[in-house]
Amino acid sequence: MAFYLAVKEILRNRGRFILFSLVIALITVLVLFIAALAQGLADANKEYLEKLDAELIVFQKNVDLSTAASRIPRDKFNDIRRIEGVAEIGPLGFATASIVSEDKTTLLDVSLIGVEPGKPGMPPALEGQPLRSPRAYQTIIDGNVAKQTGIKVGDRIRIKTIVGSDEKFHTLEVIGITDGRQFFYAPSIFVPFNTWDSIKPQPNQNGLTVEGIANVVAVRVESGESIETVAARIQSRVSNVEVVDRKMAYEASPGYQAQQGTLNTQRGFTLLIGILVIGGFFQIQTLQKVPQIGVLKAIGTSNHSIAVAVVLQIILVTILGVAIGSIGTFLLTIFLPDGIPILLNGTTALIAISTLLLIGPIGGLVSVRLALKVEPLAALGM
Amino acid sequence: MDTILETNSVYKIYQSGNISVTAVDNASITLRKGEFVAMVGPSGSGKTTMLALIAGLLRPTKGEIIIDGKDIVKMSDVERTRFRREKVGFTFQANNLVPFLTALENVELMLRMNKRYNRQTAEQAKRLLVRLGLEDRLNNLPSQLSGGQQQRVAIARALVHNPAIVLADEPTAALDSERAFQVVQILSELIHEQGKAAIMVTHDLRMVQFADRVIQMLDGKVARVLDSRNEIEALAAIGQQQSPTQTLPAPKPKETIPTNPLPFPIPALQPIGD
Repeated sequence: MAFYLAVKEILRNRGRFILFSLVIALITVLVLFIAALAQGLADANKEYLEKLDAELIVFQKNVDLSTAASRIPRDKFNDIRRIEGVAEIGPLGFATASIVSEDKTTLLDVSLIGVEPGKPGMPPALEGQPLRSPRAYQTIIDGNVAKQTGIKVGDRIRIKTIVGSDEKFHTLEVIGITDGRQFFYAPSIFVPFNTWDSIKPQPNQNGLTVEGIANVVAVRVESGESIETVAARIQSRVSNVEVVDRKMAYEASPGYQAQQGTLNTQRGFTLLIGILVIGGFFQIQTLQKVPQIGVLKAIGTSNHSIAVAVVLQIILVTILGVAIGSIGTFLLTIFLPDGIPILLNGTTALIAISTLLLIGPIGGLVSVRLALKVEPLAALGM
Repeated sequence: MDTILETNSVYKIYQSGNISVTAVDNASITLRKGEFVAMVGPSGSGKTTMLALIAGLLRPTKGEIIIDGKDIVKMSDVERTRFRREKVGFTFQANNLVPFLTALENVELMLRMNKRYNRQTAEQAKRLLVRLGLEDRLNNLPSQLSGGQQQRVAIARALVHNPAIVLADEPTAALDSERAFQVVQILSELIHEQGKAAIMVTHDLRMVQFADRVIQMLDGKVARVLDSRNEIEALAAIGQQQSPTQTLPAPKPKETIPTNPLPFPIPALQPIGD
């Protein structure tokens, strides 16, 4: 009965309900877009660290877990490796560089990451070969680099770094392509740690430089060992270091929390607006239907049927709106330029869509209450 | 005749602080099967409150209201809602029909609500509307029907589920004289044909000519019950004098309405179980 009434009313007032579904669809697009933007920006910042094949990351002490500020000298590598429970370590160096064309114009700014071949931190080659030679001018590129530039395995690329105030150019052979491994809002290229050490940007060409200093050290913990225990051991036995897990490392990235907090606040407010809009629409509609609801109750329709009919309408309209909005957002993400950091993965979309489907019934609760409060006496004008 | 409705010393008193208003005062009425009763009285006389009490939409302060052998005063809200759905047929003054359902769907609604909708009962709903001269309007929405047509659909809805009693609240209030006469005439005919019982609340005294009895309410009390034909005709004549601009030909129910002969024994639905 409730389903019959709910569906008949929607079908006979298609225009009004479709129009409202489109409003819900727009709210859905906004919520999904913000969710995708948050995910895209987060990935652009943390993707490499999140996928790192190591449980712990060793930073220099008192640098606020900043990868750029942290310095771990080579002599500490062995100290860390010797700690009980450490299976493997890999020094990591981070810098920025640009891939340039033959005429030296910048094609793409990238994160230049130095990794030890075969050690934690080296990304797997999904295509081509992994890095093997410790000093070769070879690189594995992030899938995003390949996507944005069309570079293939076997190509030779030129990269530009700044040493002092001079531009320095280096040629690297692309031997492999890995999956998305962005770091600090740029896609990455990976080179052997020693190669990175010699081509990385330097503040001063003639200044004193000490070779083999990594920014951080990735630590793989032996299976069966407690990560927290190993982290505590490293921190107590190696001087001047701070050890954290991957999540804490990327959450400590500059601006990460502020950025995600801002986007989540926007998403929350959009959902709140959604609740208010849906609630307002159905409340006005219920108020307009007071005489009709009064007649239905007077002729014997139960409160239960009235409430279920209202809720069903809200659910059906919300489902339609969310479906239209989801398809719209999907198309939007396909046609948006690559530069916009939008990432709508399954989990993000599922969470956002589930939340959106919930806001309908939540928003409509007021109208259900209103409908239940209508007295059948209203039919008699009393 | 079987008694369908019996109210015994019914009171409805509204209390607001120290002030109490007696809307219905010691009202005792009966209604028998096959009877069409008009309830008249000036505004504030308590006739609509009485109708609401009989319908179970209001609880009396005191008294008994027995319909079809059951005291509805003792029922819970849920039981009374179910009782209305199964045993009562309603027509209202306005906003009678569900606006997004067609004429036929509005009538079928009572069958659906009582879980008795099937091919046979749906056909009976259709025949009832045809009987009421709405064969061309079955699939029209209420907004596409005139006031009189809407009232006729409401009459069909009030009867289709084989109720024990039909309650009509000012069914002619929103109609012009010609349509008002048609609507009350056909309601009276169907009540008599089907052996139902009906109470019609009206302020239009001309309409009492179709009633078997007239209950006059005044200040919440049953002031008078008219059951002789002469008295009823005299009251209708007073009504006619009060509305001299709305004179109509003397009603000839059997000749003028219905236009369609009854094509089936109306409506031969099975009684609803408790």
